[in-house]
Amino acid sequence: MAAAELLSQEFELGFTYTRSTGPVVGKFLTGLRDGKVYGVRGSDGRVLVPPAEYDPVTAAPLTDFVEVGQEGRLLSWCWVSEPREAHLLQQPFAWAMVQLDGADVPMIHCLEAPSAEAVTTGARVSISWADERQGFITDIRCFTLLQGAAS
Amino acid sequence: MREIAVVAYSQSPCVADAGATNEVELIMPQLQAVYSQLGLASAQDVDFVCSGSCDYLQGAAFAFVAGVDALGAVPPIKESHVEMDAAWALYEAILKIRMGHADSALIYGFGKSSPGELPIVLSQRLDPYYLAPLWLDTVSLAALQARLLLEQGLLTEHDMAAVVARSRHNALANPLAQLAGEFSVEELLAEEHFVAPLRRADCSPVSDGAAAMVIATVEQARAWGAPYARITGIDHRIENHNPCLRDLTDSVSTRQAAAAAGVHRGPVDVAEVYAPFSHQEILLSRALELAPETLVNPGGGVLAGNLMMASGLARVGEVFRRIINGEAGRGVAHATSGPCLQHNLVAVLEGA
Repeated sequence: MAAAELLSQEFELGFTYTRSTGPVVGKFLTGLRDGKVYGVRGSDGRVLVPPAEYDPVTAAPLTDFVEVGQEGRLLSWCWVSEPREAHLLQQPFAWAMVQLDGADVPMIHCLEAPSAEAVTTGARVSISWADERQGFITDIRCFTLLQGAAS
Repeated sequence: MREIAVVAYSQSPCVADAGATNEVELIMPQLQAVYSQLGLASAQDVDFVCSGSCDYLQGAAFAFVAGVDALGAVPPIKESHVEMDAAWALYEAILKIRMGHADSALIYGFGKSSPGELPIVLSQRLDPYYLAPLWLDTVSLAALQARLLLEQGLLTEHDMAAVVARSRHNALANPLAQLAGEFSVEELLAEEHFVAPLRRADCSPVSDGAAAMVIATVEQARAWGAPYARITGIDHRIENHNPCLRDLTDSVSTRQAAAAAGVHRGPVDVAEVYAPFSHQEILLSRALELAPETLVNPGGGVLAGNLMMASGLARVGEVFRRIINGEAGRGVAHATSGPCLQHNLVAVLEGA
């Protein structure tokens, strides 16, 4: 059979509909769109970023939102020398657990860095925003290292 | 409470790529093996069937239903499925028997991981808003955990390499293993990092295969006349889905499940621990509070071959096998699910 006779159809594996993200996840994602980062205060007083809908200890609904900083400290990281096709950064990068200033728990996102040698636990990092923000976690393009400010 | 025993078990070899063999063809030889151990003709000879698998591996909703073709579902059978490792199918089957709704059950788990990119496929089981859109793969998640352990002084890369060396060595005596050999810690540490601080050898391989088990009341086990091992305790506990809200240097849910399953009520001769990454075997051995004389993963564990959705059931099966062979009197099996050991099941098996 000649190739031209083959029927083909583009197929994207994923959700083909939009969902409401609700008052907690939605508050966080809408904040990202507006260039702000919100956490939520847990029943033990800890500020959780990204916000949890329900308290991780008591399961109580959480609603006490707190805006936190856009810089933070690196608590753990790993170096991806060969990014996978699905990864958001296609240059070697680090996955990072970053505790933003004002937050009591870390969050995970990518960290752009020139090499593994440039990254140390405890380093100060900052959010690098995506050029176009639409209310997704990927509105944070990645974290970047703040030079000369290790804590 | 009704006493329940494992009476039959079989696992396929762990292979990197099963080729054109489909899931049903992976399952069927294992079902035939457990039937023959008991002299059963088919799934009609047990009261209940429960399977464990992951539709994400096949990339289609309700893909697990095809696995039922391995049973022959006519005349109708009582059948169930968990979108989890088959260790949790075992748990469901135990509840069914305890409630008096069945006296025997067939459990099977299967996974053909080779067609996809497993660490990326599994990233889509993370929460859909904060983590899945980042395509945060399982190897990277484990690497973040490993660095926390390393930098807090809870273990060293040397310790991790020692786990791998022992796994590869033990796997030499395991004909079902995918990776085996004699390696020194120094040789393993000389390998470059994969996702630093992890080396490739710190990560379980991607494997295709299946496992099957039959459990029954002790009365039914005696009636069948096959050697059996009693399940004297089983429990599972889950932690927060967000790895950042957990202490990744410990496994609280394993400790809770171990206490509830009664792990510490007697000596543990053998422990089969589901640790897909080398540092996790150390972490889990501590959480289970295993004594130094306990044999841990004597067949190499999942670092020697990891059947997604069947390896947890296989841990129970391996302990069963060692007990009925007379190599152990009392053993512990552990299964895990979710990112960085989120969800853990612990079972205690003892000789008849």
